[in-house]
Amino acid sequence: MADEIVLLDFWSSMFGMRVRIALAEKGIKYQHKEEDLRNKSELLLKMNPVHKKIPVLIHNGKPVCESLIIVQYIDEVWNDKSPLLPSDPCQRAHARFWADFVDKKVYDASRRVWTRKGEEQEAAKKDFFESFKTLEGELGKKPYFGGETFGFVDISLITFYSWFYVYETFGKFSMEAECPKIIEWVKRCLQKESVAKSLPDQKKVYESVLEWLGRE
Amino acid sequence: MAKSEVKLLGAWPSPFVMRARIALNIKAVEYEFVLETLEPKSPLLLQSNPVYKKIPVLIHADKPICESLIIVQYIDEVWTSAPSILPSDPYDRAIQRFWAAYVDDKLFPTMRGLLTTQGEEARKAVLDQLAEGLALLEEAFGKCSKGKAFFGGDRIGLLDIAFGCMLGWLRATEKISGLKLLHEANTPGLLKWADTFCADAAVKGVMPETEKLVEFSKVIVARMRGAHPPK
Repeated sequence: MADEIVLLDFWSSMFGMRVRIALAEKGIKYQHKEEDLRNKSELLLKMNPVHKKIPVLIHNGKPVCESLIIVQYIDEVWNDKSPLLPSDPCQRAHARFWADFVDKKVYDASRRVWTRKGEEQEAAKKDFFESFKTLEGELGKKPYFGGETFGFVDISLITFYSWFYVYETFGKFSMEAECPKIIEWVKRCLQKESVAKSLPDQKKVYESVLEWLGRE
Repeated sequence: MAKSEVKLLGAWPSPFVMRARIALNIKAVEYEFVLETLEPKSPLLLQSNPVYKKIPVLIHADKPICESLIIVQYIDEVWTSAPSILPSDPYDRAIQRFWAAYVDDKLFPTMRGLLTTQGEEARKAVLDQLAEGLALLEEAFGKCSKGKAFFGGDRIGLLDIAFGCMLGWLRATEKISGLKLLHEANTPGLLKWADTFCADAAVKGVMPETEKLVEFSKVIVARMRGAHPPK
């Protein structure tokens, strides 16, 4: 019997994008269901009753929630090709650490960069640049965070690229100027088909933010 | 493996440090427990966890591993000849990871909130949130344990460790607030599981006494509220 895979998603969610990339890396066929986050479907509420959030991966009727948990699940089930996590336990621990860092530090600061003003925004920008500088340090001279191959940490961070134009415009800065190594790494990642086809256009994301703010 | 090859930087009141200790106990790994005073933070801590400067840190053959749940998974993946901490099925692993993250992201901050929040209405809101969270975990226990003693089935697993290490503070919070958070009426499964978990050989020696945590909490709460500690 063929696997039934459904992804409950939202086009501009950097968390949803992570799952899209992971599925693409593994060459998995799935049904993509776009959610209206202002009017959440019964399916979403049933499959993720605790958080009521996307992404949710539904594999043969069983839901998996939380983007990084989903990516690890995908890696463990479809383990015959394109490993996303390293096989060495120490390297795996480091990969999990840095993906978790992206969630803990990058997400929060980046959200504040475009939602706050004045002093709060300046503080957010400081945290934002600090976290990216730390990541640049971790990347070092490696082509990817995963080393020679694109992996878990790369997936966790690259999805924020689609929001860079939002951060740059609201925060009045240039990522290329502030974090050149990150932009180099971004360009390398964008050459991968799994990434290029999973990330929405930056300008479209920005327009949707303006629309959302206009509505508020 | 020589004892000095495995070091754990930690402190006795921390539920996060306890997670690593239980995992090492399950795997019967000999390790050196390095007491971190935290004020000031030791050079070893700052060097081995420069990003967060927090405990626990596991140092294995001079390589540091940080973040308690990441440490537990690392221990499980390195010492493979001993009983497994994570289930073998990927879906069950995802469920355990989901609820472990829930404990860290939602339950623990709410529990801490109960100690620091002032004002009757605000406290009631926190209490309601906590009750909701515990109800969800009671349901999860039913599904995960499948009638057995632990979230992990017959043996202690990742979620038992993640949530179980909060029991010391949960019981201390009950004593301080005068409220019953786990009880026969709402959380019978968790109530029984809590006793089984705390009595387990891997847990007994490292679970701090409730009274000691109650005393210790007076110091932290005062610090968090910016007031002087009560006599």
